[in-house]
Amino acid sequence: MNTYQNAPQALQALVREDCVHRDVYVAPEIFELEMQRLWRTAWIFVGHDSQIPNPGDFFTTQLGLKPIILMRDADGEVRVLENRCAHKGAKLLSAASGRCEAGLMRCPYHGWTYRLDGSVRAIPIRSGYEGTGLAQSSAARGIVRLKNVANYRGFVFARLAEQGMSFEDYFGESLTSIDNMVDRSPQGRLEVAGGVLRYLHNCNWKMFVENLNDTMHPMVAHESAAGTARKLWAGQPADSVKPMAIEQFLPFVNGYDFFDKMGVRLYDNGHSYTGVNYSIHSQYAAINDYERMMEHAYGAERARAILGEVRHNTVYYPSLTIKGAIQAIRVARPLAVNKTLIESWTFRLVGAPDTLLQRTLLYSRLINAPTSVVGHDDQHCYNAIQEGLANDGNEWVSLHRNFAPTEHDHIAGSYNGLSEVSMRGQFRAWKALMASEAK
Amino acid sequence: MKIATSLPSEADLVKFPYYEARLIDEKRFDEWYDLFTASAFYWMPLTRGQPDALNHTSLFYEDKLLLKIRIERLRNPRSFSQSQPSYSQHVLQTPGIEQFDQSENVFVTRTPFIYVETQGDQQLMLSGVVFHHLCAVAGHLCIQLKKVELLNCDAALPSIQLFP
Repeated sequence: MNTYQNAPQALQALVREDCVHRDVYVAPEIFELEMQRLWRTAWIFVGHDSQIPNPGDFFTTQLGLKPIILMRDADGEVRVLENRCAHKGAKLLSAASGRCEAGLMRCPYHGWTYRLDGSVRAIPIRSGYEGTGLAQSSAARGIVRLKNVANYRGFVFARLAEQGMSFEDYFGESLTSIDNMVDRSPQGRLEVAGGVLRYLHNCNWKMFVENLNDTMHPMVAHESAAGTARKLWAGQPADSVKPMAIEQFLPFVNGYDFFDKMGVRLYDNGHSYTGVNYSIHSQYAAINDYERMMEHAYGAERARAILGEVRHNTVYYPSLTIKGAIQAIRVARPLAVNKTLIESWTFRLVGAPDTLLQRTLLYSRLINAPTSVVGHDDQHCYNAIQEGLANDGNEWVSLHRNFAPTEHDHIAGSYNGLSEVSMRGQFRAWKALMASEAK
Repeated sequence: MKIATSLPSEADLVKFPYYEARLIDEKRFDEWYDLFTASAFYWMPLTRGQPDALNHTSLFYEDKLLLKIRIERLRNPRSFSQSQPSYSQHVLQTPGIEQFDQSENVFVTRTPFIYVETQGDQQLMLSGVVFHHLCAVAGHLCIQLKKVELLNCDAALPSIQLFP
């Protein structure tokens, strides 16, 4: 099928201001185009620099469908390299992470070796290339190194396309959510800790990303999980100390009013966060002397401001979603039109009590693991959409909730929490990022 | 029916993992729940040789409260992920006895297993080794810790909705 590749108007017509055509979720061609366009021109999350503390440390991942290396170079800088030997194209590094021996990468097939910046160090029997065009070829330039890389307070993003919006313009003020997560460390530093949960979803990546600021679903989809927790806890005396698990489950069945007043903030380019005023994390019990440590580090007023900002989910469209308040992130990795890998990473707040790490690990396990009862019901709904949209009697997916025509000129701003404006914002970005072939 | 024993014999211990697996596969979850002591945990680590369940995340690390939530939820008609119910089958190799200490009331079995979970047309197969840390309480064998070491614990996994 080649319906959209050379038909920009047909492609743009898939997104209206208040609804989207089902093809954006189910058409394989659209997925291909997303990989060629949106996932090349957007800034995509690669990894965190604490995963590669020393020169030669690497971490392998994907940008869209491309295998990529996050590498700490000999000079201490973070590099993002294509995971592809310059010779015949073999993936150079297959381990999930590790350290390059002697500061070199070596291809397992013909033994070409590369420095950490991707340049060619040595080729066996190089004389065989004398008088050939190798020196002038792309192979001689070594491993392709991405030019557009940004390390924002440890969070490394890259843009595959050479031309496009700058990192600062792309994310703008939405970066304040990362700021808040980092500032919650008394030393202003995060470290990836506690392992990564990798949960396979049989759905399009956008369903997951949209769900993060969908506040109309928790009380419905998660009634069985959080509602059961509430029922089992109901008999307890009022002064009993809530176990962390209960504290984390209960807000999922708060009413519509709670989620509406929580508020949603939308930025340009598809980024948004819920929890402008408070969030499901606001009522967690204080931990040991963490607040005192924060006051010591920042002064009382600033510490109060940092800890008083308790956002729910921030979406860095299209690849990263974060929970600054509990130092957890989820990374969306599209695999196919109906297959997405969701990775949940957690962070240690450097200098803060271990209990905070334990709290975020518990949350990720309860909510985001392949074994999570909350995750199961989310996944069920995503799968149900993916299957339901095989129908074409109704070709449109509604995003009308709280739509106002004023969004047409200016969509960034603060809205009531139950609004579907964050999804409309994402599709506005989608439309722009899909508009042309990425250079 | 629990396995009654004042002082468990080796034969009692070997019987236990089969009995425990059968309760799960037959969805006799209340009886299964009662096998766990008040301070018990059901643990499925996320990495090989994972020393710690608090400072490293796991696939399961459930105390009795969390197990109770899970069991009660499975019966809730609004557990949408179970609107088409899942079923499981454990296939166990003969349990080996790792520790047999009647004076301390500590008994540990080691059982390699294959676990199949099915839901409609989807079937998931997992394998690994399960360790049962047992003790005798009021004449019955009870679980202090059930630790499931999944062979592919580090893989990207789909939903696991019952209990390997």
